[in-house]
Amino acid sequence: MKAIVCVKQVPDTSGVVAVKADGTMDRAAMATITNHDDLAAVEAALELKDQTDCKVIVVSMGPPPAEGMLRELLAMGVDETYLVSAREFGGSDTYATSQIIAAAVNKIGVDADDVVFCGRQAIDGDTAQVGPQIAEKLGLPQVTYAAEITDNGDSLTIKRLLEDGHMMIKVNKPCLITCVKELNDPRYMHVARIQDCYEMPLTIFDYEALKNEPLIDPDTIGLLGSPTNVYKSFSPPPKGEAVMLEGSDRATVDKLTGILADKHLI
Amino acid sequence: MAFDSKDTAAFKDVWVFCEQRDGEIMSISHQLLSEGRKLADDLGANLCGVLLGSGLAEEDIKSLGGYGADKVYNIDHELLKVYTTDGYTKAICDIVEDKKPEIVLFGATTLGRDLAPRCAARLHTGLTADCTHLDVDVEKYKAFLKTTSTIDVDNTEFEENTNLKMTRPAFGGHLMATIICPRFRPQMSTVRPGVMQTQAFDEAQAAKVEIENYAVELTADDIHVDVQAVEKTAKKLVDLIGADVIVSVGRGISKDPEKGIAIAQELADALGGVVGSSRACVDAGYISQDHQVGQTGKTVHPKIYIALGISGAIQHKAGMQDSECIIAVNKNEDAPIFEVASYGIVGDLFSVGPMLTESVKAILANK
Repeated sequence: MKAIVCVKQVPDTSGVVAVKADGTMDRAAMATITNHDDLAAVEAALELKDQTDCKVIVVSMGPPPAEGMLRELLAMGVDETYLVSAREFGGSDTYATSQIIAAAVNKIGVDADDVVFCGRQAIDGDTAQVGPQIAEKLGLPQVTYAAEITDNGDSLTIKRLLEDGHMMIKVNKPCLITCVKELNDPRYMHVARIQDCYEMPLTIFDYEALKNEPLIDPDTIGLLGSPTNVYKSFSPPPKGEAVMLEGSDRATVDKLTGILADKHLI
Repeated sequence: MAFDSKDTAAFKDVWVFCEQRDGEIMSISHQLLSEGRKLADDLGANLCGVLLGSGLAEEDIKSLGGYGADKVYNIDHELLKVYTTDGYTKAICDIVEDKKPEIVLFGATTLGRDLAPRCAARLHTGLTADCTHLDVDVEKYKAFLKTTSTIDVDNTEFEENTNLKMTRPAFGGHLMATIICPRFRPQMSTVRPGVMQTQAFDEAQAAKVEIENYAVELTADDIHVDVQAVEKTAKKLVDLIGADVIVSVGRGISKDPEKGIAIAQELADALGGVVGSSRACVDAGYISQDHQVGQTGKTVHPKIYIALGISGAIQHKAGMQDSECIIAVNKNEDAPIFEVASYGIVGDLFSVGPMLTESVKAILANK
């Protein structure tokens, strides 16, 4: 049994955002972090390892600097890492991305008792589409929005969040689970592993490594092959119509509530 | 004929996946039908609702006509009574492959966001998540850009076609992007609850809507999960979408989150409203997710929206900028929230907030 975790290094969108001429994000120009929901997925896999001694493998698609993130995950307790990285993969939308990651996971191999974990969604795109789409390409059943996971040996029982409650879902392995960050508190890196993580396994899957994989269709990967394209991107205009009230004392506040009362808003 | 998502000319009509839970059709379905009606009219196409379930009341099925549907595909099967990814994906993909709709809209609910990507991957087409605006007509799209963007619309080239132009906040909510799916069909998007307005219910249309009972082949072997229970939370969730007044808190409460939220609650109580929040406060664990306003939270249009200590990222503004009257209180006079505000006060929410509550109470006491 093994757990395969799909992880994305994301731009820290609370910082400076840079955009390239083709309308996609200039990731190289921005500070990066490990996506929050994905860290919960890594922790879920490591908890499964604590219980069953299974192997934990992380797969990430991104530019070469994502290696640093993978080293950190190795230091947390992950056994092996794969970085899927090629110019041909750049600019992929969710359909193309899921196809490439599914091909990488398939190359690693999904056995009958394996579990694939993903984060629910990444903070840069917020689509929540890649997890379910990887599951579809791999032909695995999926459970999304996992907030509790119990291992029953040949199956998992998942508490799956809804807007106003939850579902309890039992799913047989192999399966794909997407995790929300409320699932757990990711552990810290082990001091000893921090020293050793640069010696631990990190394999690069480039275009050559994946181009002949059965799940790859060269016509639907990368910026040009992606089914969806950016038509226009734009900034909203400054409205500039706010009436800025002088001061911040009680008189100012009374003036504001007076206006609201005059307009019959209160 | 075999299904080929690249044969774009073979696809017509606008479809809405009409979500029901426990036999009750969700309001997002009405919102999507109302929006889909406009798209179908611009295309000269039919608007069809697709309803999956078991034993749904005929009156409920017909009601979809009252919100704009010309036709309802009713897929009734015991195995579709409770949502499963496998069962719903198979049913949707089977009927899409058979009938070939040009556009399919899904609600971006926790179930819609599970179902739509799986369907798009199986159908070999694109999907755009959490759209806040949809157009097929180029002139209408240009009119939309004129009021919502800094693009010099009159001096910009626009290709004349009826591709679905799907607009959403992008790059973590710092910009808006319009996405197209020109080479594959159907064009699919999800839309958050509350984003689109529901049209008035039309009883005559409901009475004459065409219903086609559509049979899908589905067996227990198609479904690889076992839904053992569906439970509603005992905790009462805040009703942001139905509220007339929302007092929201942002990162500005960080130095004392409990006090900041209490100040907002007192002001909301005085105005008969509820407390909302920016994403930052939810991510920091100050307040639960059901309070979140914005692109990844709820889209609201209350009469009064008071933003206390919210800087105003596009992600937040996307969820509240259509409120009737927006009041912003922020220590930073350059905060982007003032760009969408009707009234602004540069000041500390910890002092201005309680004064607002007292001032409101004083006015209401004199009424």
